[in-house]
Amino acid sequence: MPTDLLYGAEVVLNGLMAGVLYALVALGFVLIYKASGIFNYAQGVMALFAALTLVGIMEGQVPFSHLINATFGTDIHHFGWHVPAFAAILLTLAVMVGFAYLVQRFVFRHLVGQEPIILFMATIGLAYFLEGVGDLMWGSEIKKMAVGLPQGGSLWVEENTQWLGFGNEDFYGFFIDKLDMVATVIAVVLVLALVAFSQYTKQGRAMRAVADDHQAALSVGVSLNFIWILVWSLAGFVALVAGIMWGAKSGVQFSLSLIALKALPVLMLGGFTSIPGAIVGGLIIGVGEKLFEFSFGPMLGGATENWFAYVLALVFLVFRPQGLFGEKIIERV
Amino acid sequence: MFYREAGDFSTSYPEDSQTFPIRFDRYRYYLVLFVAIFVIPFTINDYWVNSIFLPFLIYAIAAIGLNILVGYCGQVSLGTGGFMAVGAYACYKLMTAFPEVSMLIHVLIAGLITAGVGVLFGLPSLRIKGFYLAVATLAAQFFLVWLFNRVPWFYNYSASGQISAPERTVFGIEVTGPNTEAWATYLFCLAFVIFSAVIARNLTRGAFGRKWMAIRDMDIAAEIIGVNPLRAKLSAFAVSSFFIGISGALFFAVYLGAVEVGEAFGITKSFTVLFMIIIGGLGSIFGSFAGAAFLVVLPVVLKLVGVDWLGWPTDIVAHLQLVIVGALIVIFLIAEPHGLAQLWRVAKEKLRLWPFPH
Repeated sequence: MPTDLLYGAEVVLNGLMAGVLYALVALGFVLIYKASGIFNYAQGVMALFAALTLVGIMEGQVPFSHLINATFGTDIHHFGWHVPAFAAILLTLAVMVGFAYLVQRFVFRHLVGQEPIILFMATIGLAYFLEGVGDLMWGSEIKKMAVGLPQGGSLWVEENTQWLGFGNEDFYGFFIDKLDMVATVIAVVLVLALVAFSQYTKQGRAMRAVADDHQAALSVGVSLNFIWILVWSLAGFVALVAGIMWGAKSGVQFSLSLIALKALPVLMLGGFTSIPGAIVGGLIIGVGEKLFEFSFGPMLGGATENWFAYVLALVFLVFRPQGLFGEKIIERV
Repeated sequence: MFYREAGDFSTSYPEDSQTFPIRFDRYRYYLVLFVAIFVIPFTINDYWVNSIFLPFLIYAIAAIGLNILVGYCGQVSLGTGGFMAVGAYACYKLMTAFPEVSMLIHVLIAGLITAGVGVLFGLPSLRIKGFYLAVATLAAQFFLVWLFNRVPWFYNYSASGQISAPERTVFGIEVTGPNTEAWATYLFCLAFVIFSAVIARNLTRGAFGRKWMAIRDMDIAAEIIGVNPLRAKLSAFAVSSFFIGISGALFFAVYLGAVEVGEAFGITKSFTVLFMIIIGGLGSIFGSFAGAAFLVVLPVVLKLVGVDWLGWPTDIVAHLQLVIVGALIVIFLIAEPHGLAQLWRVAKEKLRLWPFPH
């Protein structure tokens, strides 16, 4: 096999892995959008906030320590204990559920019945708020996510794919990040669990009923309030998983919240209302942008990943405005 | 007591449909113009111009532009930063290519070029609606910023990849470059603000504006009653981008002087201008001014209170600013989805009846 083709294959594989991570963020969007019609721009910041909280709890940081120190002239930073990863994840989950409740109670309950665009703006405001709170609470320096996920390239894959080069000296086997493989497995498990939850449990059915028709669901006794809190908690959970994965990959920092922007074209491609759409869209975007950068990037001056996903989604939408798997948009006067 | 239409009789159609039908409003408007043109330029110094007036005026133009697109025509755009960058780079190329031409013409042509680019990126709006369009405009944002970063022709092959404004004049008075006078840059921007506001106001209350609002309220119904959606949407994109391009050109040439495109015209700029029109009021020219003033003054005040009075470190104040802006947006949306402009309208309604509300 020619080496170029093999490199291409490696690029595709890495693109698939990156796509899984995009899909992970996009999932959170889809969950909330389906259940409440809210396009939650804050999803990326929720991932950042979850990751910050997780690291903060593990390290035993004192929340708002900078603010306290600045106001009272004290010098406290840490409680002095370290929480094991698993317990910290549970605690963070509790924080995210609490956040879901607060958001529902203080923001979206007051905005029921507003136009979708107003709700969208509200989530942008929420994103700013949460970002500021996250920074105030845990400090804004780059942190390491050390929850025991494997790092670096996988030697095993590299050794076992070397034969594909058929004696070609330039080819050393595929280079694949271990973390990406773990992320793929986790994402698959997460999606299966979400599907099972929404298909086979009482709350899941109620969730789907709300997604289908708010008023009909209300009339058969589904509590909208509860479902919305549930959905925001689930989105918080997905955000936590995404935050852990991205945090382990590139450190916990502000740029983490920008992955929300990367998830938007994924959603457009897959359709806002479809969980499989989020996955397929993520994979297409992941592979597409890596392949484009690989084949045309050098010609165009590189860093095409910044815009390729959006342009792809834009061109795609012109032909199919509801995305790949989205519900057909029917408009009536 | 003074705020009445009583005794103010319109005797012709133009008089009846004027922007400020109440005499008090009219005088207030003249007074504001008078103070802005004849008082402020002689009393300000560099600090006031650079920290308050220039950003306010320039953002006001951008907010008016975006408000036409989002508030009047209902097409949500997140590409403002990208379009501002088009204006800035167009202005830069013109300034360096034709050094002897007046800045006025450069800025206007930069606006026209941006209008063209805006129409190009507005084309998908004919097929894509709502959120999908909002995300599609992100394509413009990221693509344009990337383009200006990667194609050396745009920054004249300078080593740093930055563009910096050379010294250019209007009627012999320097308005760009390092040696400008405070009043000159202020008046230069003010001229564009008045120009934009008058044009925007008259467009939005005429046939164009009504078509835009019809499209905003329900595009299918608008189409049925005879509004051509192609022309209405694209004209909104063109006019909006024209103003945004002007503001981008001024932002670069007059306010900042030197620009790194990803930093000055990144996605945060798009959101800042969007917040201005949300807080100020969608679909209101006054709202654009109010929102711009609010978001320009807020950081200055916060810095004054936080850093200078309370002695907090700057990074905490910066984070606090995020929290406050975010909270304000949410509070505004809950309490008054139509923004400061609506509060102003309510206040005027009340004032009309004051002091005898019954």
